[in-house]
Amino acid sequence: MALSQLLSSSSRSGNRLKSLSSAISLRHPISTDTTPITVETSVPFTSHQCEVPSRTVQTNAKELLTFFRDMALMRRMEIAADSLYKAKLIRGFCHLYDGQEAVAVGMEAAITKKDSIITAYRDHCTFIARGGTLLEVFAELMGRQAGCSRGKGGSMHFYKKDSNFYGGHGIVGAQVPLGCGLAFAQKYCKDEAVTFALYGDGAANQGQLFEALNISALWDLPAILVCENNHYGMGTAEWRAAKSPAYYKRGDYVPGLKVDGMDVLAVKQACTFAKEHALKNGPIILEMDTYRYHGHSMSDPGSTYRTRDEITGVRQERDPVERIRKLILSHDLATEKELKDTEKEVRKEVDDAIAQAKENPVPDSSELFTNVYAKGLGVESFGADRKEVRATLP
Amino acid sequence: MFIVKFVFLHFVCLLQREREMALRNIMGKRVRIGLMGRRLLSTATCDVESGNSKSINLYSAINQALHVALETDPRAFVFGEDVSFGGVFRCTTGLADRFGKARVFNTPLCEQGIVGFGIGLAAMGNRAIAEIQFADYIYPAFDQIVNEAAKFRYRSGNQFNCGGLTIRAPYGAVGHGGHYHSQSPEAFFCHVPGIKVVIPRSPRQAKGLLLSCIRDPNPVVFFEPKWLYRLAVEEVPEHDYMLPLSEAEVIRQGSDITLVGWGAQLSIMEQACIEAEKDGISCELVDLKTLIPWDKETVEASVRKTGRVLISHEAPVTGGFGGEISASIVESCFLRLEAPVARVCGLDTPFPLVFEPFYMPTKNKILDAIKATVNY
Repeated sequence: MALSQLLSSSSRSGNRLKSLSSAISLRHPISTDTTPITVETSVPFTSHQCEVPSRTVQTNAKELLTFFRDMALMRRMEIAADSLYKAKLIRGFCHLYDGQEAVAVGMEAAITKKDSIITAYRDHCTFIARGGTLLEVFAELMGRQAGCSRGKGGSMHFYKKDSNFYGGHGIVGAQVPLGCGLAFAQKYCKDEAVTFALYGDGAANQGQLFEALNISALWDLPAILVCENNHYGMGTAEWRAAKSPAYYKRGDYVPGLKVDGMDVLAVKQACTFAKEHALKNGPIILEMDTYRYHGHSMSDPGSTYRTRDEITGVRQERDPVERIRKLILSHDLATEKELKDTEKEVRKEVDDAIAQAKENPVPDSSELFTNVYAKGLGVESFGADRKEVRATLP
Repeated sequence: MFIVKFVFLHFVCLLQREREMALRNIMGKRVRIGLMGRRLLSTATCDVESGNSKSINLYSAINQALHVALETDPRAFVFGEDVSFGGVFRCTTGLADRFGKARVFNTPLCEQGIVGFGIGLAAMGNRAIAEIQFADYIYPAFDQIVNEAAKFRYRSGNQFNCGGLTIRAPYGAVGHGGHYHSQSPEAFFCHVPGIKVVIPRSPRQAKGLLLSCIRDPNPVVFFEPKWLYRLAVEEVPEHDYMLPLSEAEVIRQGSDITLVGWGAQLSIMEQACIEAEKDGISCELVDLKTLIPWDKETVEASVRKTGRVLISHEAPVTGGFGGEISASIVESCFLRLEAPVARVCGLDTPFPLVFEPFYMPTKNKILDAIKATVNY
């Protein structure tokens, strides 16, 4: 579903026929084979105060190839963002998600757009998974008008209202109480939907998290707190920041599940399980054991607090894209060439989106004043000491 | 020749130390006189060439201050997020290696916890130097600072106090910081009696002021202008010295208008002053240094001299500390004022991303305001 949206919006420039023909010539047809395939997750789940979901997952060729394409797209997008940052087209802060793609993709596969997701600042891929387009991503990163937040949010503040993606938060841990509030609203309105509030291992030590957890448990809110444990809070290893790095157990009275976050099928299984659980019994914590290849942000080389061997080790053993590639090849769902072609297509899509985003203008300077308050009440200040203020009413 | 000079300087420095001790006896408390601070001796003494000071940048000056603080007081501690390897701005490099992990340590990601913990540590008589990684993240700790640190001495009838607490945080715009790496929250803290708020403008000031803050018997919030961490380079004396708190400094003499500011903004204001000089406007520039309790006398004396005042800060204009200075000056110098008090500050919007150049109180905005005020 994410794919068709990506394609249709990346050729927004109008000519339907042209876009269709280019789509046909470029786009590699993904197998629509839906015969079920049974796969086992990499490791069994471990749980705290709840039953363990089955290790056997049902999937099919279509789903696996979609996973591959989506994760390859995200991987390429993050690497392209890295180069753009070094070329100083993206400024400010840029936190890259490569290595963790399985969490975003697996979660999306388990839920609908009615369920809400709220996350921290490492949000580029979650935004794509929720249906965002590459153009919106790159434009927002470069601070242009076509960005999802109109160029005013930047890397850390991606939002998508129509797919219930509540962003994109710079302050560590602040999004978790918000997420529990979303869950409250969902329960109140009888939406039969859940909220996934994502946070990192660094944020797991924030007090507001436990406040939110207590309230969610008290009122049985359909909140799923997902700890994306990439083992480093910026430069601090988890064992140096937390007395108990078993984040799935930190809920105490709230059940928890530990998941291999590099296995997209495990993530999907866990999220399906969690959604069912949350709708019936209230909050649950999911700990995604994942890893990021880049440093914390673009100003962090990522090698001062961990060895290069560790990074290459994870890349070789546990890379999410490689795992799916091996699965696809071992089940003969596609040839190696077809997968390489998919990656090439994805690369081209990313390059096209970047080119389009570069052409896009920066927001008009009057945008500095818009949306401070509601009703588009723009306020402009004039005069030598900027005392005279003029408000433009809608 | 050099030896003679060295001996002379040594002698002179000895003299100075004697003077210090004399002062100490008179005033009954520890008073350190900075080499370049209070000039009790002639300016030809104890200067750069003897090797007493080195040209360093802001983060190195702060690093030196912290080294001195931990060296001179065995009960001083430095803690915060990532301070152990040197911190994200390298202000704490070498401290953990030199003083050990028991005195220089990392905390988990919890600002409220950091400050609360610091208050407790200080209440037992230690010097707790807490680092908040960016001033934008200080808000979870706001409750602890306002409700606990500021009121501890008052509500316990002076039985307890957390005077040993110093909270350091980098503040201010940096060119690409965006919403959450550029804020100037000093105004929020200036509204709290019981704490002090200190902001240095340069490396030499930073080292002296930080040492004063650490040794001050009151809790202090010390904001460091992050834009200047690498950019500002100055001759900083290598030894231990303190600069007085609650004393503003006139860093440029003038007669037509008084400009008041602090931190990184002063360098922008100085550029505006130089430009205004070309138009024949003589500007007096005052560095407030300590925001609360602030030095009203110096500012008022300057305003009485010039009759006009302009205040500039990066924080949004509404509710910014400029309002307090303005109100106070108007109260005390109303009849002397020749023009309304001008404030050239950040705009009333969240700190923007791409629009930072429009938001900031730039040299041209200040120059504009100087001319308008002088020609009022």
